[in-house]
Amino acid sequence: MNKRTPLYETHVAAGARIVPFGGWDMPVQYPDGIIHEVRQVRNDVGIFDVSHMARLEFRGVDAGRFLDTVLSVRASRLEHGLGRYHVICNEEGGIIDDAIVYNLAENRFLLVVNAGNADTDRAWLRSHLKAFTEGDDVDVELVDRSLDIAMIAVQGPNSVSMLDELTGDEAGLTTRFHAGEATLDGERILTVRTGYTGEDGFEIMFDSGHAPGIWNILVESGATECGLGARDVLRLEAGLMLHGSDMTVENNPYEAGLRWTVRPNRAEYIAGEALRKIRDNGTPRRIAGFVMRSRGIARHGHPIHVNGEEVGVITSGTHSPTLESAIAVGYIDIAHTDIGTEVQIDVRGRMVDAEVVQLPFYRSDRPVKPTALRPRTRR
Amino acid sequence: MYPDDLRYSSEHEWARVEGDGVVEVGITHYAQDTLGDVVFVELPEVGSQVGQFDKFGEIESVKAVSDLFSPVSGTVAEVNEKLEQAPELVNADPYGDGWIMRVELDDQSELDSLMDAATYTATLE
Repeated sequence: MNKRTPLYETHVAAGARIVPFGGWDMPVQYPDGIIHEVRQVRNDVGIFDVSHMARLEFRGVDAGRFLDTVLSVRASRLEHGLGRYHVICNEEGGIIDDAIVYNLAENRFLLVVNAGNADTDRAWLRSHLKAFTEGDDVDVELVDRSLDIAMIAVQGPNSVSMLDELTGDEAGLTTRFHAGEATLDGERILTVRTGYTGEDGFEIMFDSGHAPGIWNILVESGATECGLGARDVLRLEAGLMLHGSDMTVENNPYEAGLRWTVRPNRAEYIAGEALRKIRDNGTPRRIAGFVMRSRGIARHGHPIHVNGEEVGVITSGTHSPTLESAIAVGYIDIAHTDIGTEVQIDVRGRMVDAEVVQLPFYRSDRPVKPTALRPRTRR
Repeated sequence: MYPDDLRYSSEHEWARVEGDGVVEVGITHYAQDTLGDVVFVELPEVGSQVGQFDKFGEIESVKAVSDLFSPVSGTVAEVNEKLEQAPELVNADPYGDGWIMRVELDDQSELDSLMDAATYTATLE
């Protein structure tokens, strides 16, 4: 039996099609379809139930120091209210998951991880936490907030004005990649200005019991309900990787195009040595973006050819409604990663021409409204 | 959603007998709804042979790809070239502008192995 978020009944009542995803029953699309949902997020506001993602809170004087040992960034150095995208790597440098860590307040960090990896992440983090706290007097506590807190992503160019309207201009005080607070419908909510669509927007978190009420207020304000189908298209257009598809524990962050998320030169970091070695040796393959130049859509697992030789494999592909062409990402031998390289992709036995392009495929050209001069910090 | 004048296959294609030994073929409302937004239809060559319940093309939505199976045997007489530019017609009008091909029928009796609307609808429940 799959788990259900506090919004499950709301999705069903709205006519969403439900699919199993990462151990959860989740909406893949609403009646107007994926393309409509994608356009609404690119042009207006879309909302996504992301309550299936796990929310792990680390509390205690040594919480930051512990996270420094297991995350690819130095969490303890984040100023209060700042979040950072990063990867969780094992001792060999393999990517267990990608995640965002927020420094919510003094001695309080929030880690948001993928639903499908949540059990693995929890077990892995707990075992490292046990080793970290063994012996001397160390103060770190892992509190799983996944079930008592719901999370809705509010994404799109009009998301800031919509949430500002609903929160008395409080939400917009939270700037890009920061965490703040606001009051919506009388409830205190956590507002983090992050997302997985390539548009400006928020992920808001609050007590699970308020989820249907807050969802309905957003719908009444004009937000379009969106499912996992649109989310997958939007994130791929924005060049954002999906763990389990574009990277697994068999990949390292250098070949996955996530070099910028890794701070390996730290003695305390358990994956530091392995990652430094990978970095110094270079990787024989790398993730690249592809645009199809003839008809066909590359999908996960399709082989990539250059001059009749297999040189890589597609990890994600879709039709992009925003670019009006088929796009894909995949791993390809380092010799063929130059922008403009012509490749052929084996789409179920048919060779389809494609070209290596710069990631991301889509970048929002709308400037982020500077609604606050400096980030808010909370105590 | 399932017109009475059509015959249906268990693979969710429909066949409309046009009288002169030609059958128009498309996918059902259920098939287009399950696929979601159609973004690509691979059409067969005009003049090619298709066999009953054999694959004759592919249809691809944002999320998934699916094979197309011909409900009858025969020779492809015409394909709906509009689908090359506007594949979404399959969603908008699956029994009209979203038709996929016309086939010159080899064997009239094959139509008997297809379902009527009531029988097909019952299989969806």
